[in-house]
Amino acid sequence: MAHAERPDRAAGSPPPPGGTAPAEVIKAVRLRHPVRNLIAVVLAVYFVAFLWDASTRKAFQWDIYIKYLFDQRISAAALVTIELTVLSMAIAAVLALLLTVMRLSSNPVFRSIAWFYVWIFRGTPVYVQLVFWGVLSLIYPTLQLGLPFLPPVISFATGQALSFFALAVLGLALNEAAYLAEIVRAGILSVDRGQEEAAIALGMSWGQSMWRIVIPQSMRVIIPPTGNEFISMLKTTSLVTAVPFSLDLYARSRDISAETFTPIPLLLDASTWYLFMTSVLMVGQYFLEKRFARGISSARPEKAAAAPDTREEAIG
Amino acid sequence: MTGEVPMVEAVQVSKSFGSNQVLKSISLTVARGEVLCLVGPSGSGKSTFLRCINHLETVDAGRLRVDGTLIGYREKGDRLHELKPRDAARQRRDIGMVFQRFNLFPHMTALENIIEAPIRVNRANKAAAIVRARELLARVGLADKADAYPAHLSGGQQQRVAIARALAMDPKLMLFDEPTSALDPELVGEVLDVMKQLAQSGMTMIVVTHEMGFAREVADSLAFMDGGVVVESGDPRTVLADPQHERTRAFLSKVL
Repeated sequence: MAHAERPDRAAGSPPPPGGTAPAEVIKAVRLRHPVRNLIAVVLAVYFVAFLWDASTRKAFQWDIYIKYLFDQRISAAALVTIELTVLSMAIAAVLALLLTVMRLSSNPVFRSIAWFYVWIFRGTPVYVQLVFWGVLSLIYPTLQLGLPFLPPVISFATGQALSFFALAVLGLALNEAAYLAEIVRAGILSVDRGQEEAAIALGMSWGQSMWRIVIPQSMRVIIPPTGNEFISMLKTTSLVTAVPFSLDLYARSRDISAETFTPIPLLLDASTWYLFMTSVLMVGQYFLEKRFARGISSARPEKAAAAPDTREEAIG
Repeated sequence: MTGEVPMVEAVQVSKSFGSNQVLKSISLTVARGEVLCLVGPSGSGKSTFLRCINHLETVDAGRLRVDGTLIGYREKGDRLHELKPRDAARQRRDIGMVFQRFNLFPHMTALENIIEAPIRVNRANKAAAIVRARELLARVGLADKADAYPAHLSGGQQQRVAIARALAMDPKLMLFDEPTSALDPELVGEVLDVMKQLAQSGMTMIVVTHEMGFAREVADSLAFMDGGVVVESGDPRTVLADPQHERTRAFLSKVL
């Protein structure tokens, strides 16, 4: 009857066999994986052989690879690639939000426009779109802003107003917006309908309920795939040569190799830089995903720290 | 004059979802300060009727008036015009709603939930809204939970915050859509207590509920709905003790 004195033990549970001493920790013989080990060894041998071969292979021209890896033109081009990525993603994000709101609005005109936009920009290759942006000034020599049948308010020559850089950013952004819009839409649809309903029932307008209630909650779903799109965009910038814009990482390394007749080491240089930049973004995405995968409940600590402010406001 | 206008007046209200007619010519009135309990089996149209009152659903036929104002439409001559979204939102301001699943905004603290609509919709001064929100939190017994997020509150506490959130807009009518149905049994009482207190303060309330004890104790009237019609209505103590209709009797025998 020794157990009767232990209130923590559930009434119905059977008494432990062999008295109250804790059970011995199991020390079993580990299961062996001979086939797994064999495959690993074979692959490792092949990989080392490949590395050995590559390091001595003439075509790679490792001396030239090293010479140009930190060439000032290459690192400057990498910076241009980052600029293209950041600018086009920023514009795309704003456009995507606009498209999503249009797509989810009750206005059939807005809905059709958004649908049409996504249809066009998702349905044609980004390379082709970039070529089109490049020949924009041939199709429309002047751009005019104004109402139909009235003299234009603003008018400018397309070629002068928009540099190839601007056209590249525009082309990438408009294409990306179509994809981001789908991501944003999925995020917004993931928010419980009761949230919008509660906001509406409080007398908030649809716009207020979207902006204040639904969109903040949809971020949890939107952020991770957007990080993915960011990485994807960094690589897609290599297509801006279609515009033609030639100061980005890929175009620049190709230009150099055209002078030096060493295409292979410069391709390796460009690849190294791309890989470095995407790796940095992947690390960033890892932390973003961790941050947003935590339930809304864990968004709390910072908020709790900020709470005293509201209390002071109430007093003041 | 205003004393004679009922707070809610439904005249032959009908509503269909596709071919499924959910409300069949519902007529009832709720006087100022009256507490009406709507009871009935699920699918009987109680919640839909409630949602029609603040225009979350549109009425297909009949007229629905709150404090003398037609809901969802504007009468011009003998024709009805659909309301602009802004005017519909203005009507909802005066009608508080509490949902079965609370629907608190999870990214905001209890306090932020409460001050959101007064600040955004009524353009209230923020400091004043916060003072008022703290009063309301104290009134529902949650003065110490102002900075807590919904996920850190129990279901009963969340529902009390939701009631405070609706009260912050100073509604003249409160709608409760099965406010205790999603709660663990031991949490039901705290929410019903808040509602009882609210009823005693003179608030006009329509409560869709399965809590017959609450109906008997607090409600001024009770309407039993089944299959989209009001089968029977009257004083809750009379209806519950001596139901006249066979369907009412069958339902009550299962829930009491």
